[in-house]
Amino acid sequence: MTTNLTTSKADKIDRLAELTARRETASGGSLWVEALRRLRSSKMALIGGGVMAVFIVLAVIGPWIAPHDPTAQLWRDEVRVNQSIFVGPRGDNWLGLDHLGRDQLSRMLVGARQTLLVGVVATLLGFVVGVLIGGLSGAALAFGGKAGRRVDTVLMRVIDMALALPSLLLAVSIAAVLGQSLTTVMIAVGVVQIPIFARLLRGSMLAQASADYVLAARALGVRRRRIVLGHVLPNSLGPVIVQTTLALATAIIEAAALSYLGLGNPDAAQPEWGVMLAQAQRFFDQAPMMAVYPALGIIITALGFTLLGEAMREALDPKLRS
Amino acid sequence: MSLLELDDVKVHFPVKRGVLFDRTVGHVYAVDGVSLSVTAGQTYGLVGESGCGKTTLGRAILRLNDITAGHVVFDGTDLAALPDEEMRRARRRLQMVFQDPLGSLNPRQNIESILAEGMAAHGIGADREERRTRILEILERVGLPATALSRYPHEFSGGQRQRIGIARALVLEPDLIICDEPVSALDVSIQAQVLNLLEELQDSLGLTYVVIAHDLAVVRHISDVIGVMYLGQLVEEAPSDVLYAEPRHPYTRALMSAVPVPDPDLEDSRERILLRGDLPSPANPPTGCRFHTRCPWRQAERCDTERPALTDIGGGHRVACHFAAEIADGTLEPVRELAPKLLGAETPAAEVPAEVPADAAAQREKGERGEKESTTP
Ligand SMILES: Nc1ncnc2c1ncn2[C@@H]1O[C@H](COP(=O)(O)OP(=O)(O)OP(=O)(O)O)[C@@H](O)[C@H]1O
Ligand code: SF4
Ligand SMILES: [Mg+2]
Repeated sequence: MTTNLTTSKADKIDRLAELTARRETASGGSLWVEALRRLRSSKMALIGGGVMAVFIVLAVIGPWIAPHDPTAQLWRDEVRVNQSIFVGPRGDNWLGLDHLGRDQLSRMLVGARQTLLVGVVATLLGFVVGVLIGGLSGAALAFGGKAGRRVDTVLMRVIDMALALPSLLLAVSIAAVLGQSLTTVMIAVGVVQIPIFARLLRGSMLAQASADYVLAARALGVRRRRIVLGHVLPNSLGPVIVQTTLALATAIIEAAALSYLGLGNPDAAQPEWGVMLAQAQRFFDQAPMMAVYPALGIIITALGFTLLGEAMREALDPKLRS
Repeated sequence: MSLLELDDVKVHFPVKRGVLFDRTVGHVYAVDGVSLSVTAGQTYGLVGESGCGKTTLGRAILRLNDITAGHVVFDGTDLAALPDEEMRRARRRLQMVFQDPLGSLNPRQNIESILAEGMAAHGIGADREERRTRILEILERVGLPATALSRYPHEFSGGQRQRIGIARALVLEPDLIICDEPVSALDVSIQAQVLNLLEELQDSLGLTYVVIAHDLAVVRHISDVIGVMYLGQLVEEAPSDVLYAEPRHPYTRALMSAVPVPDPDLEDSRERILLRGDLPSPANPPTGCRFHTRCPWRQAERCDTERPALTDIGGGHRVACHFAAEIADGTLEPVRELAPKLLGAETPAAEVPAEVPADAAAQREKGERGEKESTTP
């Protein structure tokens, strides 16, 4: 069962890599120009890009434009949880107050930064380590001869095992080992991304390595290092860049999930969308909007990133090309 | 003087299978014992149907494939035994032109970068300026404008791309160029131009070529010597004219019969041989003569068990067939089922082999009208 799962997941990534890679050679140097043109005329990309831009801007300037201190319980007297009295939207607090009388809008704005930070750092971790492993593996297999094949086999077995584990389970185990903190969440979410990036780049590199222009470079007498770094790698990055956008969406959701499960920042007063969702859960029947705001934030952001990623993938697809 | 000597060259690809650990479960005998010699300044044409190992052999010469066994002696040096780095340096003198002009050019490199790369790898030209001068010279030689330098492969036509591929080989001043189906991806109208360019370059630069093609028409006027491959082996080799005038191996005759002749009278009367059956898998080649599963002249026992050696029958004509002499004399009968309507049949039927006059070979010699049959080698 496990092996089946591994192969199917790994195969899917490999096929994606191969597909994207094949486009590159067939389409010539105008690939990116053309893809960009198609991207600009795509509604999906427009919406996704717009959402992403708004989110990033808010996340960056959020703490400065937040009308209140997100941890200050200034309106405690008005909120009486045991009497089911919550403060909804009003002039001074557009999104109302939470169960401790804190300004929801300020918490959303400041929390956005945390969420983005976790997403970006985790994806960066996954990208860097994944690209290193995938690049090494791909280069070793394609150009390293017998010893290289062995290196690749070992690396890929480890990667496949990581792929076979449900990602959330893996993240929870890592978080459990490292203890409760925001860094833990970043690492856990990032580690889960590693095998995907690694597999993708490796597959893409293998497809490129068997391309005729690589053979031509070998026939010319170009050195191996230059073939890998100058030919194979630059032509293999397309699918990896698309994946980065998609990975951000996943990372944001997973980071929220881990925080929701209580593995994030131990200081519960600090706003983070996943933590806010977890706290709101208890009062869902009395103040449903408390949960709706962070949930919507997570969903819309993840959707935006996914839309942009899918649009990028589509823009790179030759079958849709006129 | 021969520039390149192949001695019993073999390239076997292992077939791997296994979930956790790759196990070798067999081999693809892509090239299985080829010996030939290419004379300096001449063109050696290599023909054979798809999958017979032409490309693999061409790549083996440059060691782009691992050579399983045998020697590739280039100008006195056995390339098969060279350490990797020395082989890399040796490639300056042995270049290759590829079948797919676009696929063999990196889409992200402009023409200058493509042409300069090999020079940089071999330390030709002190600086960028010097290299550019040399590149411009070569571009002119292959008929490309100087403005091509800063452009990208996709901006050119198929014929121009192949010229770029040729220029890329030429900047290194090689002695030998292996052209793997250099024109098969091009429009028919462009093919002749590129072939002419190759010939011109050969005359002016004294190049030696190995030209690979899957049909005889392409190699015919460009080759001095032609070798015919079948399932990883050379079955016949002769000077170009001789091979066309007197093909001796049954496989060559079948190949030859697929080439149309411009003269309509000749076209009507020439021999047509239809090969039955598919090309056997190179992973599991037939015993004895590799062609025996499709050969109309196959003789039981000997052809099935004994591998015919490539033997010289005089005049540099080499054939690997036990019965080449008998077939030429017409004393051996072709089997009708394997070559229906071989010759002299009256009714042009497509699939059903009809009864045909017995002495086909004799009839051909009398110059009688042969009957047509769609033929594919
Ligand atoms: N890397 C490889 N691994 C395994 N088998 C291979 C490999 N390369 C080629 N082969 C097999 O070796 C045989 C010869 O292939 P090759 O490409 O040399 O034929 P070819 O004569 O050039 O054919 P074509 O006219 O189609 O180019 C084929 O059966 C092919 O499937
Ligand atoms: S050796 Fe036999 S099978 Fe092979 S080509 Fe000659 S006659 Fe045909
Ligand atoms: Mg070929």
